[in-house]
Amino acid sequence: MSTLYALLFYVATALLVVGTAIKIRTYARTPAPLKIPTTPAPTTRSGVFWRMFREIAFFESLFKSNKWIWLFGYMFHVALALILLRHFRYFTTGWFWVDWVQPFGVYASFAFVLGLAGLWARRFVVERIRYISSPSDHLMLALLLGIGLSGMGMKFVAKTDIVAVKVFFQGLMRFQINDLPTHPALLIHLGLVALLMIIFPISKLLHAPGVFFSPTRNQVDDPREKRHLAPWAAQLEK
Amino acid sequence: MAPLDTDKAQLDVRGPDGHPLEIPRLACGAMADLKSFPAAPEHQEALGFPGELVENWQEVAIAKMGELAQKNRAFQVYLDACVKCGACTDKCHYFLGTGDPKNMPVARQDLLRSVYRRYYTFAGKYFPWLVGARDLTREVLDEWYTYYHQCSQCRRCSVFCPYGIDTAEISMAAREIMDCVGVGQKYCNEIIGKVKAVGNNLGLNPKALGATLEGLEEDIEEETGISVRLPLDEKGADILLITPSADFFADPHIDGLIGYAKVFHEAGVSWTLSSYASEAANFGMFIGSYENMREVSLRIRQAALDLGVKRIVFGECGHAWRVAYSFLNTLAGPFDFLDQKYPVPQHILEFTWGEIQKGTLTFDKSKNDEFRLTYHDSCNVARGSRMGDMPGGQFEIPRNVLKAVCNHYFDMDRDTIMESTLCCGGGGGLLTDDLMDLRVKGSSPRMKALQQVTADHGVTHMAAICAICKSQFSKVMPKFGYEMDSILSVHQLVSNAIVLTGQNAGEDDADEAGED
Repeated sequence: MSTLYALLFYVATALLVVGTAIKIRTYARTPAPLKIPTTPAPTTRSGVFWRMFREIAFFESLFKSNKWIWLFGYMFHVALALILLRHFRYFTTGWFWVDWVQPFGVYASFAFVLGLAGLWARRFVVERIRYISSPSDHLMLALLLGIGLSGMGMKFVAKTDIVAVKVFFQGLMRFQINDLPTHPALLIHLGLVALLMIIFPISKLLHAPGVFFSPTRNQVDDPREKRHLAPWAAQLEK
Repeated sequence: MAPLDTDKAQLDVRGPDGHPLEIPRLACGAMADLKSFPAAPEHQEALGFPGELVENWQEVAIAKMGELAQKNRAFQVYLDACVKCGACTDKCHYFLGTGDPKNMPVARQDLLRSVYRRYYTFAGKYFPWLVGARDLTREVLDEWYTYYHQCSQCRRCSVFCPYGIDTAEISMAAREIMDCVGVGQKYCNEIIGKVKAVGNNLGLNPKALGATLEGLEEDIEEETGISVRLPLDEKGADILLITPSADFFADPHIDGLIGYAKVFHEAGVSWTLSSYASEAANFGMFIGSYENMREVSLRIRQAALDLGVKRIVFGECGHAWRVAYSFLNTLAGPFDFLDQKYPVPQHILEFTWGEIQKGTLTFDKSKNDEFRLTYHDSCNVARGSRMGDMPGGQFEIPRNVLKAVCNHYFDMDRDTIMESTLCCGGGGGLLTDDLMDLRVKGSSPRMKALQQVTADHGVTHMAAICAICKSQFSKVMPKFGYEMDSILSVHQLVSNAIVLTGQNAGEDDADEAGED
């Protein structure tokens, strides 16, 4: 079982890193032929940095759009960030902020589940969102919820040997396979996490890198001052 | 969604049904049968597209889709990034007006995204049912044609999307793909052909244009006693004015043109129109064709070079200003042969506001006292361009000018103006009679917002700075209880109030200097 999970995580990590890197490279290399910032837009690079920061840190556009989606979505994403930080303890030793963040990560798990539940409920309750939902949209929420609940199960219901888990993952980082506890919730939790990592670069989870490359958000509003020309468009002028 | 009751609309607009942004129940298929007239083979071929549906159209369409994904980052990223959160679902005026779920921005994008996924993504290739991927069939192509011609590319959805996904980009790409397989739209493609052949959307030849301008000069002299010129093809003029050709004949557009002429006259600058580039509009944008948009733009560069002007100023036209402000430098630049002291290009409102601030214009605001005004932010100006030096100048400057020339001004609901403005319902190549049903329904959110300020502040008229908005509103306003001339050009109001040097101001002898 330990070997199986070790291989699973090597494969999942490779697919996540390579797949996402390929996607990011594609986004970065694809030219934006025209200046299309959604205006009013910042007229300087630092202004754009601040606009992107507000978008990533506060989901500014979503807040303007729909308070319910913002509430559930923001709750879920902030909780996810705290939980990820908390999980650093399985890969590191003696980092002060990892110790400091632990209790926040625990509370965050409730917000994580609540946020996801709210988002999922909207897919059933709100007619417009029910209409646009594909099976994959439901399954994505189920997957995340499964990860959250199995994780909480190990914290609040049936604890697993987290010291052994840490030894397992730190071993993987040095290409050693140590014993992984065969705790059912742990195996479910890790299996779902690996699945999430594998589908990341081939699913809508690409919104995470994608938002940084969105021309309507990341372009400077200066077309009159600076001539913007894509390489393929420059060819037309020859 | 109840069918639009046009008789009732004017009587009682308050209450839950009267809110401009009220979300309708889904009415599946409500607009499925509305098809804009297709382009004839000659319209297609004039633009470099096949005349009719090519034999291997699926292959061509799929290849074109891949090509666009490689050439346009927005298209590439937006096809991947959508999470179906639903934030955009209630933001489109066509959805609000029709209830057809395929007019929800995300659903409109998905018409194309589902096909892209099928052919270009792992999940769509192997698990199509899971991610809603589908083959490109004739039915799908027809559905594209129907619903991508129910999008005015106004970008309201992109304001509210957490990733900035712009349905206009998808809709433009879809139209480009359809053109490339031989399925274009008559309205847009016929017009682009006219610009290429004659120089403007109307097909107005230089002689007729010259006669029109002379007629206007006579009208102005008759009205004011002052000789104000509207020069055509005058070499060595300082300013080349590029304005939508509707300004040459339609109401209220033409009164705006008279306004520009009076402002130039009072400012003491020399200016000219061009018969070669007698069109500000650029429908190349609506069909997503960089090449066609570029070709139309290059006419303006050529006219500026031929006439030896120092500056380019654009008249009141929404999408034209987006193309001019955001794209012209890219498409037809660099403009290093023009005077760099002025923005290239400049909007007529930037010019007029500059003169007002300098104090060169004198106004009698009481001349507009018969109007209680509001202002409709045109979508392409609001969300695809700027005026002045500061972000948001495109909202401030038109309002500043209006307040300088009239006494009674009131804004509509904040959620329906500025960056959240509602499209007039006729933009993006939809200003054609075969889409009238859609145009009326699509205008209803804006009309309801107008009815609110009519009820609250007694607003009688609405000003706009877009030729499409003006034509659209004069057509649809009567269906909402307004006269067709309740839509005004901003420069028409400037023209009403301006007191020309040497002009007898009339009996009220008012001489209110333009304030800043």
